[in-house]
Amino acid sequence: MDLRRRVLLAAAAAASVLAAAPVAAQEKFITVASTTSTENSGLFKHLLPIFQQRTGIQVRVVAVGTGQALDMGKRGDADVVFVHDEAKEIALVKEGWFVGRKEVMYNDFVLIGPKADPAKLAGGKDVLAALQKIAGATAPFVSRADKSGTHAAELRYWKAAGIDIAARKGPWYRETGSGMGPALNTAAAMGAYILADRGTWLSFKNRGELAILVEGDRKLFNQYGIMLVNPAKHAHVKKDLGNAFIGWVVSPEGQSAIAGYKIGGEQLFFPNAQGG
Amino acid sequence: MGVIVDAFGGALGLLVGLDATLLGIVALSLQVSLSAVAIATALALPLGAAIAVSRFRGRQTLIVILNALMGLPPVVVGLLVYLLLSRAGPLGELGLLFTPSAMVIAQTVLILPIIAALTRQAVEDAWREYHDQLRSLGAGGWTAALTLVWDIRFSLLTAVLAGLGRAAAEVGAVMIVGGNIDGVTRVMTTAIALETSKGDLPLALGLGVILVTLVLLLNAAAYTLKEAAQRRYG
Amino acid sequence: MRAPSSLLPLRLEEVAFVAAGKPIIDRVSLTLERGPRTIILGPNGAGKSVLIRLCHGLLAPSSGRIVWAAGERPGERRRQAMVFQRPVMLRRSALANVEYGLKVARIPWAEREAQARAALESVGLAELAARPARVLSGGEQQRLALARAWALRPEVLFLDEPTANLDPSASAEVERIIQTIRATGTKIVMTTHNLGQARRLGDEIFFLHQGRLVERAPVDQFFNQPASPEAQAFIKGELPWT
Repeated sequence: MDLRRRVLLAAAAAASVLAAAPVAAQEKFITVASTTSTENSGLFKHLLPIFQQRTGIQVRVVAVGTGQALDMGKRGDADVVFVHDEAKEIALVKEGWFVGRKEVMYNDFVLIGPKADPAKLAGGKDVLAALQKIAGATAPFVSRADKSGTHAAELRYWKAAGIDIAARKGPWYRETGSGMGPALNTAAAMGAYILADRGTWLSFKNRGELAILVEGDRKLFNQYGIMLVNPAKHAHVKKDLGNAFIGWVVSPEGQSAIAGYKIGGEQLFFPNAQGG
Repeated sequence: MGVIVDAFGGALGLLVGLDATLLGIVALSLQVSLSAVAIATALALPLGAAIAVSRFRGRQTLIVILNALMGLPPVVVGLLVYLLLSRAGPLGELGLLFTPSAMVIAQTVLILPIIAALTRQAVEDAWREYHDQLRSLGAGGWTAALTLVWDIRFSLLTAVLAGLGRAAAEVGAVMIVGGNIDGVTRVMTTAIALETSKGDLPLALGLGVILVTLVLLLNAAAYTLKEAAQRRYG
Repeated sequence: MRAPSSLLPLRLEEVAFVAAGKPIIDRVSLTLERGPRTIILGPNGAGKSVLIRLCHGLLAPSSGRIVWAAGERPGERRRQAMVFQRPVMLRRSALANVEYGLKVARIPWAEREAQARAALESVGLAELAARPARVLSGGEQQRLALARAWALRPEVLFLDEPTANLDPSASAEVERIIQTIRATGTKIVMTTHNLGQARRLGDEIFFLHQGRLVERAPVDQFFNQPASPEAQAFIKGELPWT
């Protein structure tokens, strides 16, 4: 093939890459790092179109584990971070990585398990007692073990129940290192207990023999926070657009949109922004 | 078994219904993978051919490394490209992370060694046959390499298809550098991973059926082209 | 236009070629002059193919010197050509194969087709110009190889057992073409193990045996009064010759 044709081929290839470059680069958009459980619950599909119609701003959600989302914020790969690990969020704001943190909503965790219920939990309202029973019976338990908000919560519950899980874990305690959905898949396949957020559970279709065994304990409430990546650390952060999103999410309109999201008639998230 | 039957039915339903989201995902998948194949081929063909016809110190080592790179794990490539394109990384200024361009870059890096290594092998085999004649005519170095590449182009198509197969099938690289953003960087493989993680296995399988069918069709088209050309040119 | 000085005579001085520890060519010295048709004759394994490749420049000698009277400068059109025992054709038409040789020789684009067609005409392949070269018969492909070489108007044409794989009628065609090429002034250097062919086509014989140049003589003298015992045995058919 002579030189001319090679150049044309290369040009065509380059052109196709440019075509692949986001046409949306002309639109206004922000990048939000959030968690897989929030994404999987379907909340964003419900919420974001409302915001986009209101403001013309496209919100691009990259859904990863809480740990990775916060790391993305620190690196400057996102403009806004929207996760559910209060302790970590506050610590990182103190360190100067994020600014303008606001509480948005809470959802709750539920303790899921096989209907056969070998640890005899059913109907209980106390998550700590339930965990003690599971450890006592060494019934199979699946842990996400992925530094997610859910995982952090799980570890806090073990500690609060007086169980040193690092010492007590054995073959019954399965650490999958995965997101909520895959962990639920594993639990369903193994007939194991697992701590899950209600949102993911409600939209999870592969339940097998699993069911909710413990719910309603106040300790199971899971607080979501939203914050802006500190523009002082990363000059390119879309400060105005990001704050527009944060402002909207905690506004009366945003909060009622959150409350309005239901699966099978059930509300998943309970808005609790300050002054809202 | 029932899940698989559901999957085929679901896949058909989605296609017939011309679901807009699905079509967008399929279009993006094709755009990303075909772009990556085009760029990788343009780079890999001359690279492979050059290695095949030249002799230099360390050539054998280079060939071994090139062959080994064929097995680069996609997720590792994704991680490396992510670190490059991240705002905290050297190319952060370009703002390419979480865009289809980043996905094209990652896939190009992934499949370039495959196409180059296979090209090198094919051209080296042909070089043995053509070597004396081409040198006799006065064609050496670059001229010979490019002549060989053009002459065995239909065999090289197999190398290109291998690259395309790898690109279309992988999820690790595009997931990390693309972020699987709904409507922006969601492709077939990441959509399948997402639906699986949500426990919606029939939908995931349905998408899988569509993906495999697409790749099959592309391969069939390439094969037919190759056969027709071989009959014509001998 | 400056006429380039002739490539010939070509001198080989104590040339040796060793491959994998084995000497294939053992201190050969010879001179290829302008004019006579040179036949390099010898049994299988004598080293004829290696010797002719050394002359053409496809191989470098392990020791000794190979000196042309005038150098070919890189970037200039090649003034020697070679036809091999098995023709190697590109996956293109017969015409395109000849044009390829002209293209490498930097013949301007506008003149290539006409010169290529003329070359095909002269070997009797004009009607097959558009046919894919690889589907031609063995004899046709070898004639095509000759056309491709001749289109370059070489000063020297090397041929390595060009009819070894051809049937008698195809061989005769090829020999006829070689004679025609010679008639236009090209020096012919050919290897063969076929005594009849050597007699028909040669003016001088270089007889090679186990890598050594054992005898050199004008053709009639070689066949009527071979001086060396190896040549005598070869002509009588006592050395392997098929």
